[in-house]
Amino acid sequence: MANVKTGTTQQSQQAAYQQVVRKAEPKPPRLRNAIAAFVTGGLVCVLGEGLTDFWEAVLGVSHKRAGDAAVVTLIFLSALLTGLGYFDKLARFAGAGLTVPVTGFANAMTSCAVEFRREGLVFGVGGRMFQLAGAVIVFGVVTAFVVGIFISLVQMMR
Amino acid sequence: MYLKAFLVGGLICMIAQLILDNTKLSPGHVLSGLTVAGGILGGLGFYDLLIDFAGAGATVPISSFGNALVKGALQEVNTRGLVGVLTGMFEMTSVGIAATIVFAFLTSLVFQARS
Amino acid sequence: MAEKRLGYQTVQLSSPPFIVGAAAVAGPLEAEGPLGQEFDQTYPDLLAGQNSFEKAERLMMQDACRLALEKAGITNSPPEIDYFLAGDLLNQLVTSAFSALPLAVPYLGMYGACSTFCEAMGLGAMLIDGGFADRVLCATSSHNAASERQYRYPTEYGSQRKPYSQWTVTGAGAVVLSKTGSGPRITHVTIGKVMDLGIKDPYNQGAAMAPAAVDTIEVHLKDTGRSPEYYDLIVTGDLARFGQEMAVQLMADRNLHLGDRFQDCGVLIFDNERQDVHSGGSGCAASAIVTCGHLLKEMSRGRIRRLLLVATGALFSPTSFQQGDSIPTIAHAIAIEG
Repeated sequence: MANVKTGTTQQSQQAAYQQVVRKAEPKPPRLRNAIAAFVTGGLVCVLGEGLTDFWEAVLGVSHKRAGDAAVVTLIFLSALLTGLGYFDKLARFAGAGLTVPVTGFANAMTSCAVEFRREGLVFGVGGRMFQLAGAVIVFGVVTAFVVGIFISLVQMMR
Repeated sequence: MYLKAFLVGGLICMIAQLILDNTKLSPGHVLSGLTVAGGILGGLGFYDLLIDFAGAGATVPISSFGNALVKGALQEVNTRGLVGVLTGMFEMTSVGIAATIVFAFLTSLVFQARS
Repeated sequence: MAEKRLGYQTVQLSSPPFIVGAAAVAGPLEAEGPLGQEFDQTYPDLLAGQNSFEKAERLMMQDACRLALEKAGITNSPPEIDYFLAGDLLNQLVTSAFSALPLAVPYLGMYGACSTFCEAMGLGAMLIDGGFADRVLCATSSHNAASERQYRYPTEYGSQRKPYSQWTVTGAGAVVLSKTGSGPRITHVTIGKVMDLGIKDPYNQGAAMAPAAVDTIEVHLKDTGRSPEYYDLIVTGDLARFGQEMAVQLMADRNLHLGDRFQDCGVLIFDNERQDVHSGGSGCAASAIVTCGHLLKEMSRGRIRRLLLVATGALFSPTSFQQGDSIPTIAHAIAIEG
């Protein structure tokens, strides 16, 4: 049997190749992406701030409640843009500027719901809506549990 | 406040972008990490300071989700004791989760995946 | 050694089968590419009038088969075909199975990821030369949206793609191989072995597949005793630009220099300047539609006489990669001589 290299020669062959690949891999336009993320992320937050002031004035509620309304508005807009097919085009340019704010969470859930609609409402939409966003919820809840218990015990011991 | 929201929100997104472009971590990893960070900072009381400073620049990024879960948990502990960690968690975040589920569902009824 | 075997991995066909019919159908992005005019049929969008992307892919494979059979002059129903060999990227090969249904001929489904086209043609040629068939229909397909929603992300999800990632080609290719007739002939088949040099990034398939392509090409040349100059063109399936770059380097390390005769279907199918496909095309259809739509036509025009087609595939699954495994890859080569 030809071409069978065993043990350490294969390992070193692997390591050598991986190094070559890593060095030669085309890198994304990091500076452009960083600036795009900074600007779009900043603008989304400015929009959030603007919506908060808007709802505070229109609904006559506290700043905090208006903040909730602003978040809901952002989620609605993200879901709509996702359904219309524009969100992914914007995100290709904006990157983390759109995926880090709550707009990204809404897009993750909505894109799954829209995509898997073809498998029906129960299996598709219901069953697979959390496929991408689930991790954030799980880790958020687990963190809150651990931190909550820890801080509470510390407070109790004072 | 608008300028501060722009700068802080932009900065958080830019840091995430740099991590995505320079490591092999996936968006799922980075977002989960941001949520955990928000939760820890929230527990220590620092995230609220950031919100006071930057407003939506701190509440709109996903890290605020982690903070809200922790705040909800800790608030309930004051009234219900340790079990409050579980009962209070979604107090402040349910608006976002419920709205997202409803809008995602409605969008799936109206729109089709095309390309 | 079995009588038709040459060397380690190659078989020499004693009565090389003819390619008597070939057809390629393609999606809108491919139709706008440099080979757009060469395809037998194109579709205006990814749904092609169907209810789902999966059903659209099925339609494409069925259309490619129908057109290839027409060109081969096989008009009855069920067609006079002894075997239908087909594969695709979807779980459980549903595209191929559902396409086999209306054909009503013996069906063998096969999975080689993006190397499926050469796997099917190679096996089909061996079935004919081994006296087991007079005519074989080989087909493969891939669909950008259908494979994205299975392997990666929903189509509307806002993700940024890495510059070395590839764009799955939407389309299908089919060939009819026959014991008798006229046209280019399949003379040799080199079946590849699975290779793995530890690449773990599923978006970097080009780099993962390059070692397999290089190994198969090297073995083929050694087994047949041929030099690269024997062939007018040595074409890989879907290494795309970055994978091709890695392959050239690996070959240089082994003192193998192919020069300009080394091309890649993933690079040929899209215009890398105009179309936002990053490293290039991928998917079973990359090798299939470039071969059926363009390369075989070039052979009939007399511009290519000896072609070595090396389709490459990445044999991982979402589960394997999430469990931390690296990406095993394979490449199969078939020699087509006019």
